[in-house]
Amino acid sequence: MDAVRPAARRGCVMSFISRGFRGRRRTDADPTRIPPGQYSTSDFPVLSAGPTQHTPSDRWDFHIVGEVDEPRRWAWEEFQALPSEEITVDIHCVTKWSKLDTVWRGVSIDTLLDGVETSAEFVIQYSDGGYTTNLPLEDVTGGKAWVVYEYNGAPLPPEHGGPARMLVPHLYFWKSAKWVRGLRLQTQDEPGFWETNGYNNYGDPWREQRYWGD
Amino acid sequence: MDPLMLDGNAVAGLLQEVFCGDMTTAVGTCSNCGASEPIGAVHCFRGAGIVLRCPHCNDALITIVSSNTDIRLSLSGVRTLWVGR
Amino acid sequence: MAGTAVLGRLTWQPAEVVDVISETPRTKTIVFNVPDWPGHQAGQHVDVRLTAEDGYVAERSYSIASAPDGSRLELTVERLDDGEVSPYLTDELRPGDRIELRGPVGGYFVWTPSQGGPVLLVGGGSGVVPLMAMIRARAAAGSETEMRLLYSSRSWDEIIYRDELGRLAGNDLTVAHTLTRSQPAGWAGYARRVDAEMLNKVAPRPEERPHMYACGPTPFVETAAEALVQLGYDPRRIKTERFGPTGG
Repeated sequence: MDAVRPAARRGCVMSFISRGFRGRRRTDADPTRIPPGQYSTSDFPVLSAGPTQHTPSDRWDFHIVGEVDEPRRWAWEEFQALPSEEITVDIHCVTKWSKLDTVWRGVSIDTLLDGVETSAEFVIQYSDGGYTTNLPLEDVTGGKAWVVYEYNGAPLPPEHGGPARMLVPHLYFWKSAKWVRGLRLQTQDEPGFWETNGYNNYGDPWREQRYWGD
Repeated sequence: MDPLMLDGNAVAGLLQEVFCGDMTTAVGTCSNCGASEPIGAVHCFRGAGIVLRCPHCNDALITIVSSNTDIRLSLSGVRTLWVGR
Repeated sequence: MAGTAVLGRLTWQPAEVVDVISETPRTKTIVFNVPDWPGHQAGQHVDVRLTAEDGYVAERSYSIASAPDGSRLELTVERLDDGEVSPYLTDELRPGDRIELRGPVGGYFVWTPSQGGPVLLVGGGSGVVPLMAMIRARAAAGSETEMRLLYSSRSWDEIIYRDELGRLAGNDLTVAHTLTRSQPAGWAGYARRVDAEMLNKVAPRPEERPHMYACGPTPFVETAAEALVQLGYDPRRIKTERFGPTGG
């Protein structure tokens, strides 16, 4: 929590309107689906904190580790054999774009944690390439989160996080790790990559929790 | 090689806003591997925020989270910054 | 005075459009008047900021195309069909319009006549823009520094600054074009992507320790830089400016 803030360096910040500039935002979105400060887009921007990962499915596996009675592991074929569902959700990126009605296929975290005994209250998503992001465990259970491997009916491409990524649509999209390889359940919270570097620890787009101190 | 990757030149303006001088010619030493490069030559990725990475070991040198009112830098990946006067 | 153009407080300032010039079917040069422009060095760029009526803001960076010339500044912009900013700049802007820009920024990817040479410039598509600023700065200074440009374009019609490059070539400025997708009838120049063999023919010898600048889409720059290292050029004298996947 920021008790101290730096002083603004600029005096009055004036920018002016550029005649006729609109950008490429969609104007037909239902405004009640767009969180504050966001704009609707038809594109699917590709953003990444590091190089695109390319993990072949024969070297991929997914783990549940940490504060669990028994760690779990699925190889790719085993993961594909799990009950999956098609999910259509709106996604919201902290860089201000929102994309409505995105269609995915994947496995609910509830399925992955079915029967797991834990006293953990937090979960860390960890990915190939080293990216991490943290959440309360209750934010990935109860039908709120999935590990997805298809987008728009086709295998998830590497630039969008394939072979598999997290999907946690009720939070800003940096909380949905690309190239995810596992979840680590913990009794203590542990800020991930962006949470350590200035973004909000929780990240609720409806309360516009973008940065530290929001 | 990542086609989306840029280099430190791409954030010259943003860094100059913070440091009040050009930083693309500043030489940074990577805390992880010890390699030294001008900031203009390091790899630049655009995610939720900007990540400048060491071209030798890929470790994050600097991350930049900017809003309308603030810029937050993480510099822990840079052991030293060497600038000319 | 060297270095003063790269220091100092950056502020967003208004730039007024003076002229819009078609260079190729997809690129235009926009000529601005920027009051109190502090001057710049060839290779530097500006950040451009556009604000819509509802407050939506988009920012992009564009290399400065012109040699320093008082308060006059030229940017050459390639129109990306799915772009957010470039179609506005190339299709919408008219003389009298104003945009915000800040700069000049970037002191790393810079050539000044006092540096001397020889100089190798390797440009892909719109990556030629900052290299053209270097060529124009050299001409404006009356410099006879040996400078060689290897410029990759898709076709003859898409060569930016084609006629001006033709006029300036000679007097130790050599221009070699490679056309990667289509070539005019009777074309005797290169007709493939830049590779080590082409660089080996065009570039000054490694023993001459040239200053080397490569600019364009990221894959283009990576290929050129790696080839130069393979050919024995000093990696510390290779400067790169990556424009991202689409070149700008």
